[in-house]
Amino acid sequence: MSDLLTLNGVSAGYGPVSVLHGIELAVPERSITAVVGANGAGKTTLLRTIMGQIRPSAGSIRMGGTDLSKVKVEDMVRNGLALVPEGRGVITELTVDENLRLGGLWRGNSAESSRTLAEVYELFEPLQNRRKSAGHQLSGGERQMLAIGRALMAKPKLLLLDEPSLGLAPRITAQILQLLGRLRDETGLTVLLIEQNVRSALSVADHGVVLNLGRVVAARPAAELAADTDLRHTYLGF
Amino acid sequence: MELERFLFLTVDGLARGAVLAVFALSLVLIWRAARIINFSQGAIAMAATYLAFVVTSATGNYWLGLVAALLGGAAIGFVVERGVMRYVSSVNPLNSVIAALGVLLVIQAIIGMLFGNGYHPMQVPFSQSPLPWLAGLSISAYDLFVFACVGFVVIGLAVLFGKTNVGLRMRAAAFSPELARLLGVRSNRMITLGWMLASALSALAALLVVPTELGLNPHSTDAVFVYAFTIAVVGGLDSAPGAVVGGLVVGVLLSWVSGYLGATLSPVAVLVLLLAVLLIKPGGIFSVTKERTA
Repeated sequence: MSDLLTLNGVSAGYGPVSVLHGIELAVPERSITAVVGANGAGKTTLLRTIMGQIRPSAGSIRMGGTDLSKVKVEDMVRNGLALVPEGRGVITELTVDENLRLGGLWRGNSAESSRTLAEVYELFEPLQNRRKSAGHQLSGGERQMLAIGRALMAKPKLLLLDEPSLGLAPRITAQILQLLGRLRDETGLTVLLIEQNVRSALSVADHGVVLNLGRVVAARPAAELAADTDLRHTYLGF
Repeated sequence: MELERFLFLTVDGLARGAVLAVFALSLVLIWRAARIINFSQGAIAMAATYLAFVVTSATGNYWLGLVAALLGGAAIGFVVERGVMRYVSSVNPLNSVIAALGVLLVIQAIIGMLFGNGYHPMQVPFSQSPLPWLAGLSISAYDLFVFACVGFVVIGLAVLFGKTNVGLRMRAAAFSPELARLLGVRSNRMITLGWMLASALSALAALLVVPTELGLNPHSTDAVFVYAFTIAVVGGLDSAPGAVVGGLVVGVLLSWVSGYLGATLSPVAVLVLLLAVLLIKPGGIFSVTKERTA
């Protein structure tokens, strides 16, 4: 299995504050990679760096033949990346339908977009009944569905999720993680998942990466990581 | 006689209010796109009206002047946003206010140097005397033209923002520029487009209202801006329907007050209305409810 996304020696931060130090990361195609770690480990910064919201001070980020560190944020989606932001980032002033349409707009093909829209509604049935509701009227779980559905509208090769379980009931979290597994199996989607909820994330992921204070301290098959009690005690606190 | 006067004042107020509504819409557009209250909007509209004046004087054709004002307004909006406002730090909202006031002074000074400070009478494409077949209502052909323009603008904006992809991108960029960029929207371009559209709208409003007043002068949109600003705040700065309804209400209010109580009192009446709204419903009458936080 070849790697879809590779990070080589990536360092990044906010002005003088350096957060990531020489990150090495490979995300294999058609797999789910979970990046886990405690608060402040640099997980969100890692996603922001991949998406171009923060530029790396060193190292390279490559996807296929493209050097992502030179791609503008608004062009990431055109390179096959879609992000589900932390805190259920939907545009609350827009309706469910508009949020979803927005996700597929860059492709510019309306026939194909309406097909994908129908697929997304099929995937997230609760959204179908709320098509005309504004984002701020949705529950937390519905918003997370909307954010994921919107990212899928872009037909990405790589789906990045920032803490999808945050503030959601365990049952909903489990459903969302199961869905990611299904998408991987059925459509060949590659997923990079950032999670604090280590147990759930590793249960669905193929690969696990442990981040601690901005450094990768372990990168192994997810099942192996989950079983490594020492590592869990040291870095993940359980 | 009383009823006739009432109808006359009301229709006159609606016509004036409709124009003010377009101007207020232009302020709402920029507020929504960039969270800036554009104090230079009046000056941009005034400069575009001068362009219309020059083109119409040279060609004798009102419609060419109208097109020139719309395109010129959009172009000035582009230059002001790309040249100045984009670089103003948004950390303190006062920064953009001061920068916009600076742009206002510069534009007024340039127009003053080019054309002097005297009044230039402007021609209108239709008669301003009441139509005989609508005698009871005191509506002139020009009033009908104004209503048609305003109706076209309102419907056009509703279609643009409600039905088109560009409109959806503009709204996304306005509400959530960072998120919109992640979804592939070129937010900066959408904000510039918002400024161009707003400036063209304010140019249209100025072109419609200036001929009905004293004439064209570097300060002829100052009062219009103050009224439109009041309307935008009364209607809720975020609300396009608020700007339209607010415009009509303020237009009629101005007309009644100046007709029944005296022209000198109408600015006071507008400010009283502004105060009342700010005290009772500071977000504006049409302000939307807060986001659900649970």
